[in-house]
Amino acid sequence: MSVSFQPLLTRFVREPGSATLDFYRARDLGYEALRKAVTTLQPGEVIEQVKASGLRGRGGAGFPTGMKWQFVLKDSPKPKYICCNADESEPGTFKDHLLMERNPHLVIEGCAIACYAIGAKVAYIYIRGEFYHVQRILEREIEAAYRAGFLGTNIFGTGFDCDVYVHRGAGAYEAGEETALIESLEGKRAQPRIKPPFPAVSGLYNCPTAVNNVETLCNVPLVIAHGPEWYAAIGPEKNSGPKLYCVSGHVNTPGVFEAPMSVTLKELIFGCAGGMRDGRTLKAVIPGGSSTPVLLPDQIDIPASFDAIAKAGSMLGSAAIIALDDTTCMVWMAKNLLAFYRHESCGKCTPCREGADWLYKLLARIEAGEGRMADIDLLLDVSRNIGGKTLCPFGDAAIAPVVSTIRHFRGEYEAHVREGRCTVPAGWRGRGTAVMAH
Amino acid sequence: MSFHPQMDYAPARFHRSARRLADQGEPFAFTPERQAAFDRSVARYPADRRRSAILAALYLVQEQQGYVSRQAMRFVATQVACTPAEVEDVVTYYVMYYRRPVGTYVLAVCRTLSCALNGAERVTEALAEALGVEPGGTDATGTFTLTEFECLGACDRAPVVMVNNEHWQERLTPDRVPRFLEDLRARGLAALGGCLHAGAEPGDRAS
Ligand SMILES: Cc1cc2nc3c(=O)[nH]c(=O)nc-3n(C[C@H](O)[C@H](O)[C@H](O)COP(=O)(O)O)c2cc1C
Ligand code: SF4
Ligand code: FES
Repeated sequence: MSVSFQPLLTRFVREPGSATLDFYRARDLGYEALRKAVTTLQPGEVIEQVKASGLRGRGGAGFPTGMKWQFVLKDSPKPKYICCNADESEPGTFKDHLLMERNPHLVIEGCAIACYAIGAKVAYIYIRGEFYHVQRILEREIEAAYRAGFLGTNIFGTGFDCDVYVHRGAGAYEAGEETALIESLEGKRAQPRIKPPFPAVSGLYNCPTAVNNVETLCNVPLVIAHGPEWYAAIGPEKNSGPKLYCVSGHVNTPGVFEAPMSVTLKELIFGCAGGMRDGRTLKAVIPGGSSTPVLLPDQIDIPASFDAIAKAGSMLGSAAIIALDDTTCMVWMAKNLLAFYRHESCGKCTPCREGADWLYKLLARIEAGEGRMADIDLLLDVSRNIGGKTLCPFGDAAIAPVVSTIRHFRGEYEAHVREGRCTVPAGWRGRGTAVMAH
Repeated sequence: MSFHPQMDYAPARFHRSARRLADQGEPFAFTPERQAAFDRSVARYPADRRRSAILAALYLVQEQQGYVSRQAMRFVATQVACTPAEVEDVVTYYVMYYRRPVGTYVLAVCRTLSCALNGAERVTEALAEALGVEPGGTDATGTFTLTEFECLGACDRAPVVMVNNEHWQERLTPDRVPRFLEDLRARGLAALGGCLHAGAEPGDRAS
């Protein structure tokens, strides 16, 4: 059950030297898409082509990229900015990592075309602080692109100027949210702004800004090089183009896999990632990063597209598929993720800051065998008071693991309370021996 | 006190509180090389937006003195044209800055789901036992500080450990922990496996 698809974004990533400019020019797009855009197309035509391609943002929300660019105020006298979102912090996601490390010139070319399209002269690549090794590769290759004349002033003799800079974050999940990213770029805490105004009107330095994910920008050169019709024909309607999937958890061969969005979750887990380890069975799947509700094994024979997964009650998100086998205690899993959310909440709004902490405490209490039956409904009650009541989607993300595991695995929560311990068979695998001793 | 009618104070071990002021430290200024590096960073932003270089400045501080003292925060404030309180605001928000001296090697074990499913909790326990410290602590020799981090973005190579914010070790299992520490002591950062996808050659590394 393997997927036969010629990768477009990651075709050469396994080859030595794939990160260098020479390699990129000899084997991959080689800045020909940028040349085509700036020498033969008007900025508005670039946006039209991206719109026609159906490209949707790969950062989580799946918003149409061309439309986002169209919203950027063209007539503003202020400078405009592209922010490439390389914060990649959604648990389970590691695709942008691969792209930047092994195919950095595709990222750079995407940034430059995006700048041309919206009339920006500067792109900042906001990279998470932990990716220092990737940052050095990016900076080295950006320098190579400057030397070759693909960045800088008067690119291809057209008078188009473009600078690309890498900006290193310092460890904050919330910096991935687009307005928090802008705040962080301005040298402040990564806390979101109230929208509107949207970044397209007032973003970085209060100037019109488009924030795009790394993978999104990597798709742009493909659209320009091969044309929007060619691109739109890849994958199902309204879910076009190649997609990178990150599969991790209890699978045999975790990794990044590229496929059109017609590929099913089942094929990704059992085909690409080699199925469940140690002959175990699949218990649940997180389809799009820790912020997305879990799906059950009988729900995964569906295309891994924005629309199909939304129809199944979850989200494609950042396409981070985490496969959990039958040794996984769902209370422990929810506790693990809430430890993440309570730690990463930026603290700006009370329901999220306090609520995530309460959820964690309740889960920790249940998991430690000291919970009460009423705690389960209390978890849902606290969740209801977070969901939809916060400044940014983080609040909804934080309750997803709690609400969805209680919906599907309430019995496990009840058993924890009743027995005062975990009753999942062989449930020690994910957890430490010390934890097992309680 | 909790303000929710049904949510009482949980036992202390479930409680979080880490508020501690940074160490005062010695009077601080960049070395000439770091000043030059900072000036290069600042040039990437519009002239009236020096504050954008605050994270870069703090990394340079940390490189120079190992952590970010309150004296250094005052210095950074003069460099990026904002108040010391604004610098402290930033330092206390981002987890990659240390506010007091740390060990030679800061081991940050990823504790998020994909790593935890692959035994990260046991890696932390093995490290804690071998070093005789709890997460957050520094061992008696001042060589190792043990911390836990959230998803490092390399979940296909779980469990992942990041060392000194810049270096990586992938697929660290509990049984390899003693050897891992021994190698770090003997060979330093060169002992680490690094973070590189399959197929890449040493020449592909950034440094
Ligand atoms: C809490 C939170 C964290 C996010 N983290 C990331 C991230 O790490 N990387 C990313 O590309 N987008 C992230 N996003 C989505 C961004 O806000 C934004 O939608 C995205 O960068 C837009 O790019 P796209 O249109 O190309 O998808 C996050 C959103 C939220 C609410
Ligand atoms: S929902 Fe959470 S992360 Fe988002 S702004 Fe509010 S406190 Fe911050
Ligand atoms: S969960 Fe550890 S790197 Fe993602």
